[in-house]
Amino acid sequence: MSEVPSAAVERRDLTSSGSTGVEVTVRAQDLSRNYGDKRAVRDVDLELRRGEVLGLLGPNGAGKTTTMQMLTGNLAPTTGSIDICGVDLLERPTDAKARIGYLPETPPLYRELKVDEFLQLAARLHRVPKARIAVAVADAKRKCGLSDAGGRMIATLSKGYQQRVGIAQAIIHEPDVVILDEPTIGLDPNQIREIRDLIRDLGGKHSVILSTHILPEVEAICDRVQIMYQGSIVYNDSIEALRRSRKAQTLLLGLRRAPSLESIKAVPGVSGVELGNDGLLRVLHAQDQEPTDALVKAAVEKSWGLYHLTREHASLEDVFVQLTQGKDRPVISASTQEAA
Amino acid sequence: MIRTIASKELRILFSSPLAWVVLAFLQIVSAWIFLARLQAYLEVQTQMSADPNMPGATESIITPVFGTAAIFMMMVVPLLSMRLIAEERRNQTLVFLISAPVSILQIVLGKLLAIVTFLAIPVGLIALMGVALLTGGMIDFGLLAANTLGLLLMCATFAAIGLYLSCVTAQPIVAAVGTYALLLLLWLINIATSDPNSVMHLLSIVRHFESFAKGVLSPMDAAYYLVLILLFTGLSVRRLEGDRVRA
Repeated sequence: MSEVPSAAVERRDLTSSGSTGVEVTVRAQDLSRNYGDKRAVRDVDLELRRGEVLGLLGPNGAGKTTTMQMLTGNLAPTTGSIDICGVDLLERPTDAKARIGYLPETPPLYRELKVDEFLQLAARLHRVPKARIAVAVADAKRKCGLSDAGGRMIATLSKGYQQRVGIAQAIIHEPDVVILDEPTIGLDPNQIREIRDLIRDLGGKHSVILSTHILPEVEAICDRVQIMYQGSIVYNDSIEALRRSRKAQTLLLGLRRAPSLESIKAVPGVSGVELGNDGLLRVLHAQDQEPTDALVKAAVEKSWGLYHLTREHASLEDVFVQLTQGKDRPVISASTQEAA
Repeated sequence: MIRTIASKELRILFSSPLAWVVLAFLQIVSAWIFLARLQAYLEVQTQMSADPNMPGATESIITPVFGTAAIFMMMVVPLLSMRLIAEERRNQTLVFLISAPVSILQIVLGKLLAIVTFLAIPVGLIALMGVALLTGGMIDFGLLAANTLGLLLMCATFAAIGLYLSCVTAQPIVAAVGTYALLLLLWLINIATSDPNSVMHLLSIVRHFESFAKGVLSPMDAAYYLVLILLFTGLSVRRLEGDRVRA
């Protein structure tokens, strides 16, 4: 039972289902899904451990939603297998579904019901024992910041609150697996921060899969990331590794009195300079020697009028280009552990 | 689980004015017919009181009320059943039920149960009108019960057909129109034939009500309704299961 020392990371409730080590809550293998002739998802492998937050990242139309629909039993995969906490989703769908909480892209809310009524319904449908329903509803409301909204009709709630109700119904039965499809879309920055905090909290006890097309979101809340592109997983690694792989090798430099490009190139560490179309100079450098200090020094000495110096952040598209360029097989798997 | 889904469905049904309008409509029209038949009966009664073969009050008042109620039910049920699945699909709330640990069969039965429970209210109220005749004399409880059961079975059949058509589309209106078409077809199918032994009589939804209206509990006629209910429930389940594969 307890071969693994509990001191490693503080994890609660690990012993609940009697497995050793860190329990795998979702294991999907070779998932594919065709829409007619079009293959929306191909050969996706996915594994999630308890306590982990997995980000499913990809541009719109990459197959994230289709994958999540398959994981929640809303869509039958064309091929492949899905295992939720040891229960085969395709063979015993109701038992497997009892362990999942799902928030689809559009929160599935009955506008005619009050928040409390809706959450009670969600609790009953998800087999929460009758005696515990009131507690479960109160708990979910508290976690999602809905404590004062229980008596309100869902139709009258703002988009942000509706999203919270959507999350509340997904976690009301304390599922082993929480699957959230673009949970922060359409929210204002404050709401986004609250929802992200909430998802981080969920991570400890449950395990979470979350999809998004926003790169910083994944960096903010996920432990591990899988990037989907045109239906396939093109990247599967820890968030640290992703951060390194997208580390910019370009600085954006703004000078009021810009000298010739050659004199900037003469600064130690600079390997190339281009004039960007936004008036900033794009300064290229080798991966491990950032010429920031040298540039600032040179700018001050020669009074170039420095007003802007930032690292250029790779956009999601850049990451895809980096990941897919010049590779025969698109899959890049974990291989950068040693640099940690 | 079936009851949970049914109670949710009823709650949503009663949160819209439609349910109340339908109940009021059914109540007013059937009361109107009830009073008209009662008046006609009283007029005839004074003339024919000597005749020992005179039809009883239940037969001449209640049976016609149930007969017309069946027509109203055909008009009303598609409006109630059209939203069952189609609207959930359009509002993308069907995911909520599909993701929950309930089977498709439970979802379908829960929805059917909700509509039948709802329709039991007007049917029960119409039956109560019959019971009200007790204030003036004896009534034939057997006949009343047979009529009530027949009407309820018919309503459940209408609901099952409406539920299936609601599964087929994401547009409630399309579901309603489709249900009307199918119900009218089943209602009128036997007028196309003059042969009394034709199969079309076997399919006719009104023909099978006639025995109930006469106070006869015919297993064959009850079976007809039950078969239709099972058939369309099964088709609904199949259709929704198929959605996961097709989509």
